[in-house]
Amino acid sequence: MRTPLALVLTARMKGENPYFEKIKSSQFRDEDFEKRIRTDSEKRLRLLSQSILSIFVGIAICMAYLATYGVTSESLAWSGGDIAAQRARIVDRKGRILATNFETHSLYAEPHRMINPAAVAAKLTDLFPELEYDRLLKDFTGKRKFIWIKRKISPKQQQAVHDFGEPGLFLGPREMRIYPKGDLAAHVLGGATFGKEGVSAAEVIGVAGVERKLDSVLRDTTSTKQPLVLSIDVTIQEIVEDVLHSGMQLFNARGASAVLMDVHTGELISLASLPDFDPNERPRFPVSGKPDNSPLFNRAAQGVYEFGSVFKIFTVAQSIDLGLVTKNTMIDTSAPVRVGPFSIREFRNRNYGKISVSDIIVKSSNRGTARLGLLIGKDRQRDFIEKLGMLKPLELEINEAKKSQPLFPKNWGKANVVTISYGHGISITPVHLAAAYAAIANDGMYTAPTIIKQNNAHKSYRVMSSEAAKDALNMLRRVVTDGTATFARDSAYSIAGKTGTAVKPKATGGYYDDKVISTFAAIFPDDDPQYVLVMTFHEPVGVSDDKPRRTAGWTAVPAAVEVIGRIAPLLNLTPRVALTTQSSLN
Amino acid sequence: MKIFSFVVAIMLVFALALWANQESYKTRIALKELRKTQQDLSKSYSRLDALRTEWAYLNRPQRLRKLVELHFDQLALRPLRAQQFGLVSEVNFPKEEFIIAFEVGGEKLVAMFSSEDILQ
Repeated sequence: MRTPLALVLTARMKGENPYFEKIKSSQFRDEDFEKRIRTDSEKRLRLLSQSILSIFVGIAICMAYLATYGVTSESLAWSGGDIAAQRARIVDRKGRILATNFETHSLYAEPHRMINPAAVAAKLTDLFPELEYDRLLKDFTGKRKFIWIKRKISPKQQQAVHDFGEPGLFLGPREMRIYPKGDLAAHVLGGATFGKEGVSAAEVIGVAGVERKLDSVLRDTTSTKQPLVLSIDVTIQEIVEDVLHSGMQLFNARGASAVLMDVHTGELISLASLPDFDPNERPRFPVSGKPDNSPLFNRAAQGVYEFGSVFKIFTVAQSIDLGLVTKNTMIDTSAPVRVGPFSIREFRNRNYGKISVSDIIVKSSNRGTARLGLLIGKDRQRDFIEKLGMLKPLELEINEAKKSQPLFPKNWGKANVVTISYGHGISITPVHLAAAYAAIANDGMYTAPTIIKQNNAHKSYRVMSSEAAKDALNMLRRVVTDGTATFARDSAYSIAGKTGTAVKPKATGGYYDDKVISTFAAIFPDDDPQYVLVMTFHEPVGVSDDKPRRTAGWTAVPAAVEVIGRIAPLLNLTPRVALTTQSSLN
Repeated sequence: MKIFSFVVAIMLVFALALWANQESYKTRIALKELRKTQQDLSKSYSRLDALRTEWAYLNRPQRLRKLVELHFDQLALRPLRAQQFGLVSEVNFPKEEFIIAFEVGGEKLVAMFSSEDILQ
């Protein structure tokens, strides 16, 4: 460092060494410098030690937290093992298994590892007769390196494959969906199939019914420990299907369906459609022909039909609800009702004359309901039918239900008012019908039907006054005691209901003469309504008599009485028979 | 003093390290056991599941109905009918007699009742 000239000059003048000053000053500066450095590094060291200390304190806090609150690590937490990966089980309302998973194996081949492909193909065709030898041999000798042979094999077949000792055959673990009850409630459950397939696992996906509609819920691995509880009762479902099956044979019917609904909760205790299928061996979707020719077709919650006279009670209930008539108002049914070119006739051209509103239901008078329908008018009629849920598809937890869009006239004219008043010109599903009857049985409160077990009523609202519902129920009871459903009169459980025998519409227009849909919509027990049963036979012909019997009174009513007689004890209903035997003893 | 505290601290560190090491081994053994238990549990669950499935399959109504038909001559099982219900008053209960012994003032007494007396 150069010494400033002024310092040198003054030092020289004093006779001192000018560089001594310089050394002194530089000494001072070095001391200054050292001091600065020391304080700086002290600061740094302090900062460093503080930060290290704070890290250690942090770790200590973390450890204390882990020790006290016990956050379990991944390896410690038990996820339920293999169960967690499974699809949720489906059980009935009493916990009986309807659908579950079963561990099985799939069989696949890697032909390039095979020593003698022809022998393997021969052994496999021996074990699985449905495989073709030529096809297998072609696959094994071709260029493919991976071939699925069977998607599911039984433990016995698995052992047989092991016994082959073939290096090119492999077994992969598989979880399959199994329906232990076979074809019971097949249309409710639907079925499942394999989605994405791997050698070590395969995805199970629902293809129809509840399995398809609630697929995401069933596959949700976080909730799989809880099975899906349906409102169906296995025992009751079996009785219903059994009676439907016998009825179909007895009446030579093409198909049949039944819906049993709890009127307070909207739960469907039974939902049956025949012919049915086994969801374990689900048939393919039909590619040609009418869809309802396939057993996959759900006649209870998918197919829409004109039900005829069972509709009359809605017209009568509405006209009482609106205060247009009372149950005793006399209506003249002798004069023909003319709408445009049509003249409304009674069943077999009868003439009931002047009858009360109740008798319109008891005698099932077309002209009577037509007159009431005209009193109500098209707008009010449409609104009421809409409130009963009969203009929109069912919101049921079954995939097919979304196809249940009812058919009704776009332009609701006077002629439609008349035909709809007695159940023609509007097509709905039996579940729609059951829900509307349940509204009458449930004191005028409509409850949306559901297939999932409920703890209390779901989505219910008033559609008619309690008085109108009571009057309608009394009329339905009179149908059984004095009307078209007298087969139900002597049942041990008091039944109210209405029959309907509707001619089937032709695809080409007009109606068949000899093809009918016979329906009995029943409410029981009638003194304290709890259940609605809608029983339908498609194209029944009873030939036990001298003349063919097609009407509901001869087909659906006896079948419904049989069902109610057998299921009522299971539903904890008290029979009237106890009182009758008592009186006979005294 | 300073040296003494150093020695103590170092010994403490060694002791703690030894303890931590032992704990670590114990934890590893426990984890191994846990995993084995989980595997067993998992196996048991799937076995239970298979048994449940089998039970559901064996109890399918179609099979039970066939069995009822097959053994009808011995069991004669029929669907439950309303006629099978009755009132409690219709049941002919067997007559029962009760004997009650008691003491009044050192004297032993015996009383006899029949079930009909009690009901009245």
